[in-house]
Amino acid sequence: MISQRRRLCKALAVLIALAPLLPTRVVTQGSRRLVVAAASDLQTVLPEIVRGFERSRAATVTVSYGSSGTLFAQIQNGAPFDVFLSADVDYPRQLATAGFADAATLQVYAKGHLVLWARRDSHLDLGRGLVALTDARVRFVALANPKYAPYGRAAVAALRNAQLYDTLEKKLVMGESLAQTAQLVESGNADAGLLSLSLVLGPTLKAEGSYAEIPATSYPDIDQAAVVVKASREAALARDFIAYLRQGPSVEHLTRFGFTVLRPSAR
Amino acid sequence: MDWQALWLTARLAALVSTILLFISIPLAHWMVFSRRRWTFLVESVVSLPLVLPPTVFGFYMLMATGNRSPAGRLWSAWTGHPLAFTFEGLVVASVFYSLPFAVQPVAAAFAQVDPTLREASSILGASRLRTFLRVVLPLSLEGVIAGLVLSFAHTVGEFGVVLMVGGNLPGVTRTISIAVYDHVQALQYREATTTALFMLVFAFAVLLIVYGLRRRPLAAAPIA
Repeated sequence: MISQRRRLCKALAVLIALAPLLPTRVVTQGSRRLVVAAASDLQTVLPEIVRGFERSRAATVTVSYGSSGTLFAQIQNGAPFDVFLSADVDYPRQLATAGFADAATLQVYAKGHLVLWARRDSHLDLGRGLVALTDARVRFVALANPKYAPYGRAAVAALRNAQLYDTLEKKLVMGESLAQTAQLVESGNADAGLLSLSLVLGPTLKAEGSYAEIPATSYPDIDQAAVVVKASREAALARDFIAYLRQGPSVEHLTRFGFTVLRPSAR
Repeated sequence: MDWQALWLTARLAALVSTILLFISIPLAHWMVFSRRRWTFLVESVVSLPLVLPPTVFGFYMLMATGNRSPAGRLWSAWTGHPLAFTFEGLVVASVFYSLPFAVQPVAAAFAQVDPTLREASSILGASRLRTFLRVVLPLSLEGVIAGLVLSFAHTVGEFGVVLMVGGNLPGVTRTISIAVYDHVQALQYREATTTALFMLVFAFAVLLIVYGLRRRPLAAAPIA
């Protein structure tokens, strides 16, 4: 009885020890792979663009979303991305200067917009704009961390511009990325959030709440920049992807999700 | 259901706990039976990951394995790519981070072995290795299994370290914990719940199997 258990134990141990030798992914021969690091505000708009690119180029594209600052740090530490789509132009510029990105491919392709979003069941009168946040019933206002998220920086700028930052500072809660910020509001934990127009026009947030645009003059431009990472092994495909991002169907798609698209001549 | 992430996590945890099995046994043996005065230093270093926040640990791992460190550059030169953001990088980071979970139960089990049994074995002519393999190890099997299970479970549950060192690359470093986080961030609650539930069932099944195969119950049986 005991020896039977022992044999079973040994067999299990051998199986577990051998498991790591099995392959993790199936490598599709011949298809080219592109890895894109994209800022969270592109979460709603990029999947469709990526599908179009994959179909027309017979390539596989995987996207990792995150806050621009986090992706910036990862690329500096050698993360194997081919394209960096940042929600600002400073991070790609810094990467280019430090030699991590190809400066010749750096381009600003669109501008993002900041909005105030609240759930449908909220009492907030969004028509009043940021002032509505001073209401005593608003306990928490979510924004992306301004330390490394461009939309967070824009949110702080907008609040300061409206002379409301000091009053509201106690109510501010920060999300690690725009996506997490959206999740904080959507789950009901924060009463309102300063998000990107692209996220609130996405299917989930569109159905669950309403938004008010923050005047673009009250915060610095949220330039959406793209750049090819120097260490990329698919530099040509990467450049191709950025070019695709600026073509007809992608432009239409970006506009539909609230971005102001810039003509290719603009840099 | 993120099968790719699940399989990746299972592979990672199995590989890490197996590696730790071969590291923890000699290390614990030295820590317990060595007569050197500075074993406490080694004990402290081994236990360090227990008190360091995962993000701090992950940050230092990133610095230590990245291209800005000599060790990282050596690896890059040898393999052609950095250690971070790869499966191998995750294995290295997890081995260090789960080290105390593998070593401590084993060391505790070794310490509990009656020293007179070891002495008797020595007197009867057995070499130190033979004494270890035939006397100490069989009597401490509970601790070894506990170390194996704990390091497996700890690796499956890792988040902070994997987030810092992994880069969330699908099929390469997106473990199940990162995948759940991703789904929640993207407001895909259905996928998040499915994955989380599956992970819970899977982890529970593993624990059931391992603890069900124990030879002795938790409390020692009274000597008749």
